[in-house]
Amino acid sequence: MRRDPRRRILWPAALLAGCAGPQSALDPAGPSAASLHRLGLFMYVAAALVVVLVTVLALVPFLRRGERPVNRKLFLWGGGVTLPFVTLSVLVPYVMTVGHETRASTSATRLSVDITGHQFWWEMSYRRADGRSAVASANELRLPVGEPVELMLRANDVIHSFWVPRLAGKTDLIPGRVNRMVIQADRPGAYRGQCAEYCGEQHALMAFDVIALPRAEFDAWLGRLAQPAGEPSASQLREGRVLFVSLGCGACHTVRGVAEGRIGPDLTQVGARRMIGAGTLGGGVGNIAAWIASAQHLKPGILMPSFTQLEGPQLRALSAYLESLK
Amino acid sequence: MVAVTLRPALIRDFALVAAGCFALAGCDRSGTAASDSTRVRDGDPARGRAVVARGTYGCTACHAVPGMRGPRGVVGPPLAGFAQRAFIAGQLPNQPDVLVAFLQNPSALVPETGMPDVRLALGEARDIAAYLYTLEPSHAP
Repeated sequence: MRRDPRRRILWPAALLAGCAGPQSALDPAGPSAASLHRLGLFMYVAAALVVVLVTVLALVPFLRRGERPVNRKLFLWGGGVTLPFVTLSVLVPYVMTVGHETRASTSATRLSVDITGHQFWWEMSYRRADGRSAVASANELRLPVGEPVELMLRANDVIHSFWVPRLAGKTDLIPGRVNRMVIQADRPGAYRGQCAEYCGEQHALMAFDVIALPRAEFDAWLGRLAQPAGEPSASQLREGRVLFVSLGCGACHTVRGVAEGRIGPDLTQVGARRMIGAGTLGGGVGNIAAWIASAQHLKPGILMPSFTQLEGPQLRALSAYLESLK
Repeated sequence: MVAVTLRPALIRDFALVAAGCFALAGCDRSGTAASDSTRVRDGDPARGRAVVARGTYGCTACHAVPGMRGPRGVVGPPLAGFAQRAFIAGQLPNQPDVLVAFLQNPSALVPETGMPDVRLALGEARDIAAYLYTLEPSHAP
């Protein structure tokens, strides 16, 4: 039986396909991640060359006929002094520049976002120019594309780490400290990020999306985010808003114009998010209803209780109201 | 070699047994997707499975669906062996047309349900219904 020759081409292609994806450091989409990726490639090649060199040196005594003494001077001065000197003179200056591409352009930074890590979700608060108060959102960071954006990283409880592999390296969020990083997305699109420092029971479900938009769209979006949530017209949505207040959702969650809780994620635009529960479920009314009714089953150990006391129509009204917040 | 002569009486007996087997085969509901009572017009179970697996409608967030990755939801009933279920939502006869209508707008048929209207297109509802009728019963003890 002959093998299809196309298979030989398909195999490497299939292997390389694993390098892409919304959360792969091997598929960079920003200057900082691209610089890290270059360093990575350089190191993979260098490491492969070292393996080959060592293997050849190890085989030499076996393959060579007769015994000859080792040239001590060559080994000592060549392998012990010259080789490390040359390698390190190249590597050290290079490595010192890696990952700092975006940091250099800080003075041109126009947007600044305060990011706070909570167990187990992210608070994103956009600073605005001309002294207006900051605007908060959660679990989704929107950026203007092609611009360096300054992030101020804080932790509310334990150490977390902010990592968007396609855009930049990791930076920790440490209680009592403010860490600064600069991030930039070169192309519009959605990039997945994740907490990269074990922070407790639900560390694995502490993800977020970074969405890069053209500047004009970003400005329009930020303007909308700052507005109070609109008055619902449909009776089901109005019922949902009444429930949001009467059930006490607002004690933990903010919906601008309705409630100002600060314990859980801001829900002013929860209906527009791609994911809810910090990456636990997709968005949309079905997932929102499931989350309200069984948050403790879907993400055990979080602060949000499962609202099992609701009647069917109440659950539908509340989740429809939340989905309408866009 | 033994020669077998087919007498008319033997042929008749054989035909009767064969007919009986066919009739009994109709009672077997293991091939549930194919049986008439659960056939969904224009529904493709593979497409339905893909829609459920995508997660945008949140099916698995509320229902435990066998063979599906995800959180094994506890809000609604598990969907294993759905073809054998007598009622949809405990109230409606479990028939393909009813199921498609229920998936498209649950509260129109069952006003007290907690299941939200996730705005399925008719094609998606048919595909998902076809997929639900393929779900094997759970054999967990």
